[in-house]
Amino acid sequence: MSLLDYFKISKASSASLAKERLQILVAHERSSRNQPSYLPQLQKELLEVIRKYINVEQDAISVNFEQNDTQETLELNIVLPDHPTKIS
Amino acid sequence: MARVIVVTSGKGGVGKTTTSAAIAMGLAKRGHKTAVIDFDVGLRNLDLIMGCERRVVYDFVNVINGEASLNQALIRDKNCNLLYILPASQTRDKDALSQEGVGKILDELKKDFKYIVCDSPAGIEKGAHLAMYFADDAFIVTNPEVSSVRDSDRMLGILSSKSRRAEQNEEPIKEYLLLSRYAPDRVKLGEMLSVNDVQEILSLHLLGVIPESKSVLTASNSGVPVILDEKSDAGQAYADIVARYLGEEKPHRFIDEKKGLFGKLFGSK
Repeated sequence: MSLLDYFKISKASSASLAKERLQILVAHERSSRNQPSYLPQLQKELLEVIRKYINVEQDAISVNFEQNDTQETLELNIVLPDHPTKIS
Repeated sequence: MARVIVVTSGKGGVGKTTTSAAIAMGLAKRGHKTAVIDFDVGLRNLDLIMGCERRVVYDFVNVINGEASLNQALIRDKNCNLLYILPASQTRDKDALSQEGVGKILDELKKDFKYIVCDSPAGIEKGAHLAMYFADDAFIVTNPEVSSVRDSDRMLGILSSKSRRAEQNEEPIKEYLLLSRYAPDRVKLGEMLSVNDVQEILSLHLLGVIPESKSVLTASNSGVPVILDEKSDAGQAYADIVARYLGEEKPHRFIDEKKGLFGKLFGSK
């Protein structure tokens, strides 16, 4: 260890913060990059159909696309309201 | 077989043109007939970095439009007779380049040249798209800084989905990382992302690290590619990069800080 090392202030460096932020961001952007291009449209149209019958919010539906070597999974998640009011 | 190399980054100001000029000169100096093309239509600058700005008569768009032949537009470099420059046009017409036109010119160049270096403009607009579309190899120029790393990753996505090789289900473009403006002393202080950090995030093959260097500005001031400044650290870094690209084993340099007298006295190694 060098003499100078004793005088270094030890705190989380900004570089490690940058690395952490980038890793999260890049992972997120890569996962959305591999999604089929029809996904946003699919989500929009599904929401329209569901809304014909149940009153759900815009953000109550999430479409997730996952891909691994053997299979592709399309996951659809709809959060129904506590007291569903049917639209007449 | 001729190889088409695109020098790209997404973000501007990271050193694409400096890199294009240096590696094109490096390849030519090693005995390979090389052409370097400026794809930045409207904002041409490669001519200035190569020092041939006063010899531009015809440009890329003139050739595409049939107003000049390829041989009329190509400028032979004053330092190396195996190197030719095809300057960009200064037109403000964004649609001056067409995929068909660019493809034709590249096919014609491939008959005569070993390497064709495409200097991409910043961004992901038409010019950048056409610069990478026909590429066999991609040099991703990245600075150790968050926005540059993110944009490089974005560019990687585009290379793997929007290029000719991707569209025609051919072998994918070979991608290489060139980390420029690297400051080892700042990395040591924890102020800058390290080579390993950037490599880990982008998972790319590292072709070389170009240190932050005064010689880059000196070279552009005088219109001489920095690789010809053989004494400079940046010049040597680019020479190593060219050698590695050509298949030579060269240990990476410029990753650790240079030790001054003070460092030698008090340093740990």
